[in-house]
Amino acid sequence: MNMSERLYRTRKIKNMIAMTLSSVAAIIGLGWLVWILATTLIKGGSALSLTLFTEMTPPPGADGGLANALFGSVLISLLALAIGAPIGILAGLWLAEFARTSRLGTVIRFVNDILLSAPSIVIGLFVYTAVVIPMNQFTNGSISFSGFAGGLALAMLVIPVVTRTTDEMLQLQPASLREAALALGIPHWKVTLQILLRAAKAGVVTGVLLSMARITGETAPLLFTAFGNQFWNADLFKPMASVPVTIFQFAMSPFETWQALAWAGALLLTIFVLLLSLLSRFVFSRKRGAQ
Amino acid sequence: MTNLQTHMPEICARNVGFQYKQHVALKSINLDIPANKITAIIGPSGCGKSTLLRIFNRIYAEYPNQKATGEILLDGENILDPKYSLSRLRSTVGMVFQKPVPFPMSIFDNVSYGIRHHERLSRVEMRDRVEQALRGAALWDEVKDKLQQSALGLSGGQQQRLCIARTIALRPRVLLLDEPTSALDPISTVKIEQLITDLKEQFTVVIVTHNMQQAARCSDITAFMYLGELIEVGSTDLIFTKPKEKQTEDYITGRFG
Amino acid sequence: MSATTPYNPATARDVREQRARRDTRHDRWFRLTLLTAALLVLLVMLGAAFSTLWGGRLAFSTFGWSFLTSAEWDVVNGRFGALVPIYGTLVTSLIALVLAVPVSFGIALFLSEIAPPWLRTPVASAVELLAGIPSIIYGMWGLFVFGPFMAQYLAPFINDYLGSLPVIGGFFQGPALGIGLLSAGIILAIMILPFITSVMYEVFRTVPPALKESAYALGSTTWEVCWDIVLPYTRSAVVGGIFLGLGRALGETMAVTFVLGNSHQLSMSLMMPSSSIASVIANEFNEAYTDLHRSSLIALGFLLFVVTFIVLMLARLMLARMSRRAGN
Repeated sequence: MNMSERLYRTRKIKNMIAMTLSSVAAIIGLGWLVWILATTLIKGGSALSLTLFTEMTPPPGADGGLANALFGSVLISLLALAIGAPIGILAGLWLAEFARTSRLGTVIRFVNDILLSAPSIVIGLFVYTAVVIPMNQFTNGSISFSGFAGGLALAMLVIPVVTRTTDEMLQLQPASLREAALALGIPHWKVTLQILLRAAKAGVVTGVLLSMARITGETAPLLFTAFGNQFWNADLFKPMASVPVTIFQFAMSPFETWQALAWAGALLLTIFVLLLSLLSRFVFSRKRGAQ
Repeated sequence: MTNLQTHMPEICARNVGFQYKQHVALKSINLDIPANKITAIIGPSGCGKSTLLRIFNRIYAEYPNQKATGEILLDGENILDPKYSLSRLRSTVGMVFQKPVPFPMSIFDNVSYGIRHHERLSRVEMRDRVEQALRGAALWDEVKDKLQQSALGLSGGQQQRLCIARTIALRPRVLLLDEPTSALDPISTVKIEQLITDLKEQFTVVIVTHNMQQAARCSDITAFMYLGELIEVGSTDLIFTKPKEKQTEDYITGRFG
Repeated sequence: MSATTPYNPATARDVREQRARRDTRHDRWFRLTLLTAALLVLLVMLGAAFSTLWGGRLAFSTFGWSFLTSAEWDVVNGRFGALVPIYGTLVTSLIALVLAVPVSFGIALFLSEIAPPWLRTPVASAVELLAGIPSIIYGMWGLFVFGPFMAQYLAPFINDYLGSLPVIGGFFQGPALGIGLLSAGIILAIMILPFITSVMYEVFRTVPPALKESAYALGSTTWEVCWDIVLPYTRSAVVGGIFLGLGRALGETMAVTFVLGNSHQLSMSLMMPSSSIASVIANEFNEAYTDLHRSSLIALGFLLFVVTFIVLMLARLMLARMSRRAGN
């Protein structure tokens, strides 16, 4: 009696310690993250101004903005989406429609999952050796680093995200939907593109938005593909500035104006990424509500 | 004319077998489906009744591991022959599934989508065709004012009638119904059953059901299947009052299943 | 039009057969297009592996196995060994795991067992949102905020208390620079924290309520249910999630490059600047002017790819094992 009571007490104490530790972990863990966000907000906010969007990146020590970097980032990201999203959707459709259980399908699904978190700097090296160098040799040095190469590198990060979500969303569609359409004598390609893909539209859009969030802050793959550019450049076959690479360059510098611009850029990236994640949640939940 | 049709089978299954991987799901089925009648296929779950239905329009062929043997004759041609095109087969033999699955588009497009693939019609012709199909499925009066709205907003029973409309819009000769009311409430079920009875004037109907009362209420012919074999087939009255086989009797009196 | 033309069954059938053949042809093309796209996924993977192997061939052939074992990184004399970056990569990732795993577990536990429902959803969503924040933000924060904080408050403290311990003391002695292996490991830990947490929380939620309820019904405490029921049930997926975090940490560039110091000195102390594979590549690639230097950097990229590939593969296998069981 006495012993079981004592045992009960130790068990309760053990439980209380564990529960306290877990709550403390939650507070500490989230505390760090709040700290980081708050710093970005404060430091970036104080450097925020309209000239960010109108002026070019300045030479060391001078004032300026991020206009060319923002423009470059938008251009490179759009190119990456334009290349990566269709490939991802098509690959996802193949996995879901023709390779649910086949061996090649299993292998590709597995490889895709690994690519999802593969180091992005290696993708940068891949594009450097497979695109930047050959282009340089082909054109006798007139094209080397380019926005195009940057877009290609980011496209390779878009593909796995979109492939995975498309595959998952298509597999969620009831088999009877596919069968009902096929039973009307409609060919497979029409059923897939016009019925199944349309039914899974919200999910696929979510995937594309997530992939956009993923590439927005990517720096490493752009370092030796798009490189950087101090000036306004809309030519995809010239080196192109981007916000993350500019942040990297400016933050590591000893100049205060550059550092301030880096924080402003960091804040813009963070806000954009958070908005994208919120938007993707909204798109997805609205679709759920409709059904 | 009516007399002639009763004796002319629309579909003849000859020695039909079915395999899924190594598993044999059907064993030498021989069955004549009479034209413009309602044939019900009943049996305990897993007896192969849905499988048989899915052979009649080769929907099983979408799955690589499934294989049917034997012959199914439609106008003297074997539809299991790979040379018999799926497009042709499926516009002749329509199918409605257990769960109502409207396409993610407007009510009008749900019906016109299939037609548009098979025929080239003018706007006016298409409108007429859609109206005709929706009337045929006893849905027109309920949806005529909201043809452009999404079909996903309809009730379950309405969705199922839309699926029937979509199928009959292709003017098939045979209509396969795979437990069409099992996902519906009793009131919708009554409506669909009424509709099925009306449909036999234009179509040959084959219905798979686990609901014996439904088979007794709507069908002219009943086929009883058990463990992948066709045990007995005959006029519905006879099957439900004087079955010849012991297994049929056990099933309809509720001793198993 | 078709209503006025007399119906001709033969022509109608021809048209139909023609259409059927066209459909079959289109379907074949469609399937082929999709397959090509899917093969591109495979191509990205193989391309990344082979292009870095090809780009690094000069380094591999020049130095052979000593590329892996030499700590020398001499740009001027063209002698390159990967030991320091490899060591830095492993140590920072290890520190990150040691710090992040218990905290992630705590947060996941808090979310799934302790937090009231009204708190659960917002906190879980916040964690997921944080997992998406670009890593360069973590790096900047590390350089400008955490580094000075470390130099001023944490480093002297660690030096005094941990540095004087026998055996492990050597790890914690060194100047209070604020940058170095320990700082980079801590930043990495913060970065992978939301990531591991959301995987763990997701996995914990797959435990059938009946299983937990029956344990509670026997009088188990919350902690006992977690330790004896939830954790064993989800073990392989939890390990998979941890490995996913490890994969992230190994390949992470921006979060560590800012705070590692880019030093090629091999040092046991965690307080000293060092370098990781990714940080060396990011720092030196655009300034590498000799073929051998550039090739050595690409060769480092190949090593990184191989190591993360293996870690991520193990992670996926373990996660797959869990989902197979959940499926049954």
